[in-house]
Amino acid sequence: MSTHDLITVHLKVWRQNGPNDRGHFEDYTLKDITTHMSFLEMLDVLNENLMKEKKTPVEFDHDCREGICGSCNLVINGIPHGPQMRTAACQLHMRHFKDNETITIEPWRAKAFPIIKDLVVDRNAFDRIMEAGGYVTMATGNAPDANAVPISKVEADSAMDYAVCIGCGACVASCPNSSASLFTGAKIAQLAKLPQGAPERKKRVIAMVEQMEKEGFGDCSNYGECEAVCPVGISISAIATMRTEYVKALF
Amino acid sequence: MEVASKKSTFKWDSKIPTGPLTEKWKTHKNNIKLVNPSNKRKYNIIVVGTGLAGASAAASLGELGYNVKAFCIQDSARRAHSIAAQGGINAAKNYANDGDSVWRLFYDTIKGGDYRSREANVYRLAEVSNSIIDQCVAQGVPFARDYGGMLVNRSFGGAQLSRTFYARGQTGQQLLLGAYSSLMKTIKSGKVKMFTREEMLDLVTVDGVSKGIISRNLVTGKINRHAADAVLLCTGGYGNVFYLSTNAKNSNVTAAWRCYRKGALFGNPSFTQIHPTCIPVSGEYQSKLTLMSESLRNDGRVWVPKAKNDKRHPNDIPEDERDYYLERIYPSFGNLVPRDVASRNAKNVCDEGRGVGPSGLAVYLDFRDAIKRDSEQAIRERYGNLFEMYEKITDENPYKVPMRIYPAVHYTMGGLWVDYNLMTTVPGLFALGEANFSDHGANRLGASALMQGLADGYFVIPYTVGDYLSGITPGDVNTDHEAFDQAEKAIVGEIEKLLNIKGEKTILDFHRQLGKIMWDKVGMSRDEKGLNEAIAEISALRKEFWENVFVPGEPATYNKYLEYAMRVADFIELGELMARDALARPESCGGHFREESKTPEGEAKRDDENYAYVSAWEFKGVDTPPVHHEEPLVFENVKLTQRSYK
Ligand SMILES: Cc1cc2nc3c(=O)[nH]c(=O)nc-3n(C[C@H](O)[C@H](O)[C@H](O)COP(=O)(O)OP(=O)(O)OC[C@H]3O[C@@H](n4cnc5c(N)ncnc54)[C@H](O)[C@@H]3O)c2cc1C
Ligand code: SF4
Ligand code: FES
Repeated sequence: MSTHDLITVHLKVWRQNGPNDRGHFEDYTLKDITTHMSFLEMLDVLNENLMKEKKTPVEFDHDCREGICGSCNLVINGIPHGPQMRTAACQLHMRHFKDNETITIEPWRAKAFPIIKDLVVDRNAFDRIMEAGGYVTMATGNAPDANAVPISKVEADSAMDYAVCIGCGACVASCPNSSASLFTGAKIAQLAKLPQGAPERKKRVIAMVEQMEKEGFGDCSNYGECEAVCPVGISISAIATMRTEYVKALF
Repeated sequence: MEVASKKSTFKWDSKIPTGPLTEKWKTHKNNIKLVNPSNKRKYNIIVVGTGLAGASAAASLGELGYNVKAFCIQDSARRAHSIAAQGGINAAKNYANDGDSVWRLFYDTIKGGDYRSREANVYRLAEVSNSIIDQCVAQGVPFARDYGGMLVNRSFGGAQLSRTFYARGQTGQQLLLGAYSSLMKTIKSGKVKMFTREEMLDLVTVDGVSKGIISRNLVTGKINRHAADAVLLCTGGYGNVFYLSTNAKNSNVTAAWRCYRKGALFGNPSFTQIHPTCIPVSGEYQSKLTLMSESLRNDGRVWVPKAKNDKRHPNDIPEDERDYYLERIYPSFGNLVPRDVASRNAKNVCDEGRGVGPSGLAVYLDFRDAIKRDSEQAIRERYGNLFEMYEKITDENPYKVPMRIYPAVHYTMGGLWVDYNLMTTVPGLFALGEANFSDHGANRLGASALMQGLADGYFVIPYTVGDYLSGITPGDVNTDHEAFDQAEKAIVGEIEKLLNIKGEKTILDFHRQLGKIMWDKVGMSRDEKGLNEAIAEISALRKEFWENVFVPGEPATYNKYLEYAMRVADFIELGELMARDALARPESCGGHFREESKTPEGEAKRDDENYAYVSAWEFKGVDTPPVHHEEPLVFENVKLTQRSYK
């Protein structure tokens, strides 16, 4: 059983008082942070301290705090979601930081994700990509028996590997081009693996890729940064699938 | 202490159709009034919440041709708390060929709920369960399959067969993304307009009828008015009244609470589910608790040392010095007893001083034998992501060391009272999913909340809302109506008041304090003395809150702590109602355990003669006790027995 250690951390936090403010880093020092605390709990402590001094707390997005809702979006020491691989910022614990370490905290930065306040950004562009084609057109009540169409375990498992994307946007934040290809590719690849996705296959990929471009996300140049920061390990093969699907759809 | 203003005979009609149980829903659908297709576009429907219940309802109603406006707190509909559900969803497909049927699913669910739900509702739920699975597969939900390509099932607590469909440990995520995809499709078609980061703060009623909502844009702080012919509340559960729970941080009671204040009855508010398998609390700073899915009890064995205060490493404790207490006490269900039973037993062994871990408030969930039997790889395939999650939080490897678990608040069976059509006592206001009180009685079985949310949204409301709408004139009230003026003014006033208190305690201080009262006195076991104390303490806390809370920032900006302050204010009022409800029910049933009502072996003792009813509370003012109503429950098809899992 591990013990609780107490550490001191020096934070450099991005503060921006609205979309049109220029923004700046602000320094804070927190003492007696137990290493069992989660990263967001450490931010809670910061905010409690600020409010006890009647100051305005730092805004950050969070909800499930267990790595599934995709709300949290912190760039920690330059890495989206921080230093631990396959871990969303909310699942990161303070035991991964050293005593007296300086920690920089910023929001996602991308043209298509404008900053709302402090660490909070607008990710509605992702919804619009889904709206363009990330679905199977079927009306409620229309479905055949669930076992009517067998789907091999291998295909179903592979679809699931892509389906677990939490829509956080870390892939965009990590990409030098701010490309949304991993996010978009994950949905396209999931539906391409399943018979239910087949009828709209061509239409889907074209509409989603077009929307992605319209939103101001950049192109993919295969840097691979996205895969490295993705908290659920979406494979970059999703992007390859998206490309093949796209080419197939054009002919 | 006066628990309630007065008792009265129940004057609302629960609208349960006549006829045999198995025919009720079919007959009802045949008799229900319809809105013809070309008229549907004249009706506006507001759907608050985009979890399983809200997303499925909004998509289905949009497809039918209604004009739908959908609202959620998060920045995307896909982030609703439903996303976090892990284990699975029940259905009576009988694909496992183990003798399942609609009847058995109905029976297990009503028994699991300790006979405090309506037969007709529960039967309908079981009846539509199979269509849900079909619907989700057609959307592209990648449920687990076998090598032949067919769907596979796992078993869950409270059932002796395998009827739970799952997508690894992320079933809720996959079901919600399925519903979200249908919602996105309907948004594209123009039939649904989505409002993200927009919080409902009040219901607008005209002559007691629901006509719209007041909302706050969470980015700009702007207060907005929306008129509609029907309002569907799909705002989830209120477990966060306990401060620590497995719910997402934004889960709250505000929308439901404000409807209660506008005249909707609140059903069984004290019925809370304490889930047996959560990661134990590790310190004061803790902000939420993480569930380890119940499905783990399929393979994990629960135990504590036989001796008190045994501080040895679990792997050093020999077999004959371990007490596999669930297997010992309940030989026929073993580790798969329902949640309330598993939770209470964990509390009992810890109260005896046999709890483990630094706090002594934990028991072991051990996979050693399953790994020996099926291999580490097999266990990894079944629960890999849960094990990973456990290790991230605790820094311990559950493949090598048993997990430590403890019960935590997880789900609220209570909610707005609804009739068979899911309509509250306010005409035109409906409640779906965890926000209503309907189908789970005093204890929800695992994998049945996902089923209920989707049943309500996909297969019930599309029929029943039409029955209501066909009887009213569309668009008869618009946002210029004085009812909107008043409601908006009240909200603006409330926000100003909160920001101007500028007290000394933070919102979190109050929330933690409330949570502690709730957990100690309105938690896993309750008694008259504790409940009376809770009522007094919460009422004092409420007064202190309105004098001494500090709410930072400005009204017209993004301001999470302002949102939070309003939610905590409502939780405080709700907490008091929960204590009153628990006090008004001296029997033990399901998750509601009264110390005064137990069998000689210490098991819960129900009292069907006096308490086979739904409690429904009517608001009378913040400082006046609410009125307690009883909807009698009639059982014509199942025989009420004391639940036994031995
Ligand atoms: C960790 C965890 C695991 C679970 N696992 C399972 C499982 O395996 N099987 C199972 O059957 N059940 C499970 N449950 C229970 C189940 O997930 C929930 O009961 C169910 O998902 C609730 O769905 P809902 O649609 O009613 O509400 P939610 O998903 O909670 O959605 C609520 C919606 O309302 C919105 N909202 C709330 N208030 C407002 C407001 N004032 N204005 C605007 N919008 C608002 C929110 O933004 C959100 O969109 C689990 C629960 C938890 C906590
Ligand atoms: S692909 Fe990964 S990083 Fe990108 S949005 Fe999905 S989960 Fe986040
Ligand atoms: S808060 Fe939900 S993923 Fe981080």
